[in-house]
Amino acid sequence: MKKSAFIILFVLSAAVWAYFTLTAPARQKLVLTGSSTVAPLAAEIGRLFESQYPGVRIDVQTGGSSRGVKDARMELADIGMASRTLKATESDLLSFTIALDGISIILNRDNPITALNKQQIIDIYTGKIVNWQAVGGSKAPITVVNKAEGHSTLELFLHYLGLKNTQVKPQVVIGDNQQGIKTVAGNINAIGYVSIGAAEYEAMHGTAIKLLPLNGIPASVKNVQNQSFPLSRPLNLITKKQPTGIIKAFIDFARSPEVNPIIEAQYFVPVAN
Amino acid sequence: MLKNRLATLLIWLSVILISAVFVVLVLDLVRHGWAELSLAYLVDAPLDAGRGGGIGPIMVSTGLILALTISVAAPLSLATAVFLTEFSSKNSVFSGIIKRSLDVLASVPSIVFGLFGNAFFCVYLGLGFSILSGGLTLACMVLPILIRTFSEGLRAAPDEYRLAAAALGLNRAAALRHFLLPTATPALIAGLMLAIGRAIAETAALIFTSGYVDRMPDSLMDSGRALSIHIYDLSMNVAGGDSHANSAALILISLLFMINTLSSKLAYHWMHKRITCL
Amino acid sequence: MFLSQTDKHLSLWLRLCTLISATILALIIMFLLAESWPLLKHGVLTQFISDESWHPAQRLYNILPMLSATLLSTLGALTLATPLGIASAMFNRYYAPSFLASGYRRIIELMAGIPSVVYGLWGLTTLAPVINLWHPPGVSLLCAILVLAMMILPTIALTADSALGAIPVVFHQTAAALALSRWGTIRHVLLPLAKSSIGAGIMLATGRAIGETMAVLMVAGNVVQQPDSLFDSVRTLTANIALEMAYAMGDHRAALFVSGLALMLMIILLAGLAEINKRSS
Repeated sequence: MKKSAFIILFVLSAAVWAYFTLTAPARQKLVLTGSSTVAPLAAEIGRLFESQYPGVRIDVQTGGSSRGVKDARMELADIGMASRTLKATESDLLSFTIALDGISIILNRDNPITALNKQQIIDIYTGKIVNWQAVGGSKAPITVVNKAEGHSTLELFLHYLGLKNTQVKPQVVIGDNQQGIKTVAGNINAIGYVSIGAAEYEAMHGTAIKLLPLNGIPASVKNVQNQSFPLSRPLNLITKKQPTGIIKAFIDFARSPEVNPIIEAQYFVPVAN
Repeated sequence: MLKNRLATLLIWLSVILISAVFVVLVLDLVRHGWAELSLAYLVDAPLDAGRGGGIGPIMVSTGLILALTISVAAPLSLATAVFLTEFSSKNSVFSGIIKRSLDVLASVPSIVFGLFGNAFFCVYLGLGFSILSGGLTLACMVLPILIRTFSEGLRAAPDEYRLAAAALGLNRAAALRHFLLPTATPALIAGLMLAIGRAIAETAALIFTSGYVDRMPDSLMDSGRALSIHIYDLSMNVAGGDSHANSAALILISLLFMINTLSSKLAYHWMHKRITCL
Repeated sequence: MFLSQTDKHLSLWLRLCTLISATILALIIMFLLAESWPLLKHGVLTQFISDESWHPAQRLYNILPMLSATLLSTLGALTLATPLGIASAMFNRYYAPSFLASGYRRIIELMAGIPSVVYGLWGLTTLAPVINLWHPPGVSLLCAILVLAMMILPTIALTADSALGAIPVVFHQTAAALALSRWGTIRHVLLPLAKSSIGAGIMLATGRAIGETMAVLMVAGNVVQQPDSLFDSVRTLTANIALEMAYAMGDHRAALFVSGLALMLMIILLAGLAEINKRSS
């Protein structure tokens, strides 16, 4: 009895194995790696793309923008993803913008502060101002939330403030957007910065955060769209060579109006019209 | 007398504290994740970056990774355990070194297995981000657990069995097959369940090996997102992913509960049978 | 020993499999070394302890603060979890009525099985805000210690439980004959007998605490600094790898593999300690 059970188990697992290794349709695989901000969007676009091109499989791996750039350059990935423009040292690569996003300063909803100017933000992030009282808030120590090194959100934010990461004096360092939002939502004296799309979504769904305006311009997907918001960035697909074949088909598809509903559902700004 | 009372009080207090924390944790999960649970959630594909739909493909990927892990690790561990307990003398240098190395391997952090799996399976062997890489990495991780429980099971078999087998003129292979392995079966199953439980809850070792793709895998060479990585991504990277993260966590814990129950039932069953047989 | 022909074949195969199992550890260390070689070959190991900070983009690679964060959080978690875990085991064995004992053991087993992501999520959304009310920023060494303690408690409790269960009943009878109180029996007879097995369980739990990654990443705050108090945020070696690995390239990636090597070193030291514990008993 026992032996037969083992034999059945063995045959079953062999069958499953055989099914997955032998009957796998020879689908063409397109590998995308890079920015964790772009990854969920690219995966959703990929799903729609697959439904139109059944012979193709879109594999999206997350990492960071710099990884996307590097993988594209070394051709480890067919397409890299980056949530920033290419740097001068990366001019050997081609980039294709599929959507726009902004970066917003977020505070806890119950923080009385409604606006900060650029110098105040710089002073808070470099540890010159450590109490909310100094900028007209309640008497409480500020919790500065910074991003971990390697994220393009960090690079853009520091570039906007004209700072180096060694100058920043954070109390908390986070990885992805949601960790920042959860940290600020759970701490009334925290200040952080995240993707506008994610922040606006959470704020609208009752999470205890609010988005601060920059230079008097409210942080919103709408203001990123009309390009009045100062801290915005393109979400790019990156290739080494002029794309051809299925890669070109995917990039064209990702830039077509057909995907606009997907882009909006992820709270980014479409570029195609 | 006072000390006696104090000890009793303290012990009851700590037990109440632990149970309270556990209940709060589980209630939190149930409260946030219950609404999304349904049969459809188990089989549907995730939609909208995981905010909608279900976890069907993720369950399949998780299952494949587990199956691979066990089918690689179990035979290897059994062989190693048999060698260490039955075929090598207690004082042999060779088995001494191996035992030490397994002891160290048992406490290697899972993130280090992730680093290793990424460097060895994904890059060096060229398997890429795939279910195969993830499964093999986890196999390395559960190997020392399996070897330890298997060895303990075999060692628990009374020496009379070995002597009786020798007296009957059976060779060691036959003694193993007819006496020792059947006796050790409950321990073998308990070990397997322990390994599955460890593997199914793993995140850190899989992030850099089996990858992020939440689609139904076509083959073992495809990247597939495991359940615990899905929970991590939903809670850390997807706005509005929390309720689904909680549902997925609830399912993961229920799976573990079932595995636990099954293993203790099975162990009891085998034990019972053995005793009535003898 | 005498082996028949079949046994010789079998023995050969078994030896081969055993070799494969043993090779894994060597492979791991080899690959960690190979991947960190780009940095190590410059021969400046000292920079990992003497650089002014950890800013890999600026080629500053001081891992000391993370090393101490790993040690502190592990020690803290052990101080909390060890008494609670042993108390749980004693409850199961000597204090609980039988229906409670099996139920409570079930709870502990389940706690052992809850994935670290779930603990981390709970710590971040429930525990950290509470600590923040007391002293900001909430995510901190203290939060990491509490979450880690919850995670390693079952390991200690379950091993202590089986250690106490393995004590021959004659000791209970003798203690009863001597009219020792319940606590007196436990304190002076049973605990000393189970000491080394409980010690082994604590070693196991220490390994788990050192290696825990995702939960700590979510609740420790991740600032690379020597903490001045329990409320400061810290980054452990494991969290460092998980946080930056996906983004790391070149020397930065190599530096993360050096973090991995440092972890391995700690684990090997721990295994040495466990060995001493085993020998002394």
